[in-house]
Amino acid sequence: MLKIKDLKVSVEDTPILKGVNLEIKPGEVHAIMGPNGSGKSTLGFVLAGKDDYEVEGGSVEFLGQDLLELDADERAREGVFLGFQYPVEIPGVSNSNFLKMIINSIRKSRGQEELDAASMLRLLKEKIASLGMDLSMLKRSLNDGFSGGEKKRNEILQMAVLEPKLAILDETDSGLDIDALKVVSEGVNSMRSSDRSFLVITHYQRLLNYIVPDYVHVLIDGKIVMSGDKSLALELEERGYDWIKEQSSVTV
Amino acid sequence: MSDSMQTLEKHTQSEYKYGWSSDIDMDMIPKGLNEDVVRLISSKKNEPEWLLAWRLEAFAKWKQMKEPDWAKLNIAPIDYQDIIYYAAPKKQKKLNSLDEADPELLRTFERLGIPLNERKVLAGVAVDAVIDSVSVTTTFKTKLAELGIIFCSFSEAVQEHPDLVRKYLGSVVPQNDNYFAALNSAVFSDGSFCYIPKGVRCPMELSTYFRINAANTGQFERTLIVAEDDSYVSYLEGCTAPMRDENQLHAAVVEIYAKDRAFVKYSTVQNWYPGDKDGKGGVYNFVTKRGLCSGYKSRISWTQVETGSAITWKYPSCVLKGNESMGEFYSIAVTNNHQQADTGTKMIHLGKNTRSTIISKGISAGFSHNTYRGLVKIGKRAANAHNYSECDSLLMGDRCGAHTFPYIEIENSSGKVEHEATTSKIGADQLFYCTQRGLSIEDAINLIVNGYCKEVFNELPMEFAVEAQKLLEISLEGSVG
Repeated sequence: MLKIKDLKVSVEDTPILKGVNLEIKPGEVHAIMGPNGSGKSTLGFVLAGKDDYEVEGGSVEFLGQDLLELDADERAREGVFLGFQYPVEIPGVSNSNFLKMIINSIRKSRGQEELDAASMLRLLKEKIASLGMDLSMLKRSLNDGFSGGEKKRNEILQMAVLEPKLAILDETDSGLDIDALKVVSEGVNSMRSSDRSFLVITHYQRLLNYIVPDYVHVLIDGKIVMSGDKSLALELEERGYDWIKEQSSVTV
Repeated sequence: MSDSMQTLEKHTQSEYKYGWSSDIDMDMIPKGLNEDVVRLISSKKNEPEWLLAWRLEAFAKWKQMKEPDWAKLNIAPIDYQDIIYYAAPKKQKKLNSLDEADPELLRTFERLGIPLNERKVLAGVAVDAVIDSVSVTTTFKTKLAELGIIFCSFSEAVQEHPDLVRKYLGSVVPQNDNYFAALNSAVFSDGSFCYIPKGVRCPMELSTYFRINAANTGQFERTLIVAEDDSYVSYLEGCTAPMRDENQLHAAVVEIYAKDRAFVKYSTVQNWYPGDKDGKGGVYNFVTKRGLCSGYKSRISWTQVETGSAITWKYPSCVLKGNESMGEFYSIAVTNNHQQADTGTKMIHLGKNTRSTIISKGISAGFSHNTYRGLVKIGKRAANAHNYSECDSLLMGDRCGAHTFPYIEIENSSGKVEHEATTSKIGADQLFYCTQRGLSIEDAINLIVNGYCKEVFNELPMEFAVEAQKLLEISLEGSVG
């Protein structure tokens, strides 16, 4: 599904990613953990195609294509989804209008017909209910005045209706209370399938109790310095990152 | 400049769609302005003596006046002697039907998308079209006449309804109100006249379409709307002009007179030629628009979508004289490339319990400057007056400017004035969020801009709201960054 080779990225001439290697196969869930400023969010943004990130070296292959050659909207249409850590507010644009536009835009790119109004409403209602959200959110402006938890659920709702092949979730757990965390995790888990992969970026092990990863990677100072299974997350929870930093500086 | 900035820029640099000119046989007078020219215009229009006297009085006043220089505009000097003050499509004889009209003229209207041959009966729009100086045709006249509604060109009104014109002309915008209003009063050539009798609710949108066609020509139209007690009318004007290298002057006057409980809704979609992307050419749009809420519970609502013109200078205003009268101003002003706009409103509260609402949305792109200038005045006797103002500016790119000048004058302390203002940048983050969901950059910009303008679009008659949205898309095409 996704092959990242020696990816080097800088922002305004400051190197952030210093040679990341990662391979995600269809159906796998990978978690990226790491201290603040290690480059976790940068990795998500670069994969999604945000401007202002300069790729200095390396390659990213997504379903056999050179991902870095595509614009952000093309990547989205190819099936890359980024759940934002800080979802953006767009005043005056209703949530329902936005959802309709993005659904039809993705459908069109897959050669499917646009959904008619009735099917659209049915789809939205179903997904909204499954995420424990209130239907009134459809009428509100996109993320405008939403609470932190509402914004995060809205991200998961968008993921649910777009059915991406690769979903990158950037700190989806931040700002969620435990009930919301469960709902959001269930939303993610219900979408797990053999042909859909997840890259879950998180600070805390807590989320990984609910979304159980196949692999856990530790990103420190722009490099993946350790990989393991879900037990690694537990160990990090207990011991912090310092011991890894020491180990990795020794190996370097 | 970041990549997204460059895209924004590209998106707002599109070509003007209405930039062609038509080869219509024209009757023009020589360039220049003096008393004889005023007389000539009046005689060409076969006007009564009192109107000529009125024009000459205005001309005398204009000569004493100076161009205003307080606006935040950079205007190249205007040579008033280098302008043609009257140009009209030649008419051999009075036409009985449209079939007899100059085919080139009809093609012009077709390209403008104006429903001249009444094919839009179902859409319910009555249209008066003014090319250069003369009103060409007014549709639906008969149907409106059955209700006692008069909707015709200004020249026709002068001939057919001289008493009405004489009574109300200049009653809201006096001859010497300002420099451009005085100029218009002296040389106005045509425009629209509209009269809604007592208790009549006009069943269709009334619409005027203005077009400057001839080169080196100024357009000075005058619109007068009178709404008697308990009447209602919704009125829309649209305008376009060919692309020309030199600046063209457009100095119009609109007067609205609303009596007891009358409601006049006036919407403008202004799309004069804005000049090319280096700022060459374009229309100078110096317009005076004012409505008088003269009676109890009169209501006047201005909605404007301003996308065109090299320079826009206009402040559609409401004088709230009647008790409990109401004034509204909803505005979207878009400037791109080197366009300049200094626009806003004046709400003059004179009566008791008067209310006004101002919603202004400015969008600046390219190298343009967009200024909101608004006055809220609460007079001595205006007890319990209430104003709400909201002025938002949206910047696209980092070389444009947005400015807000709210003026508040309060002489009665029982009033309440609220003012909110925001300035925001169309964020690279907003664009990325939308494109990450699969929207193209163009769709993303349109979505964000339309969301921003929504409150104003909601005020436009349905089909014009659609047109205005499209216009906004075209105006900002190629501008996003």
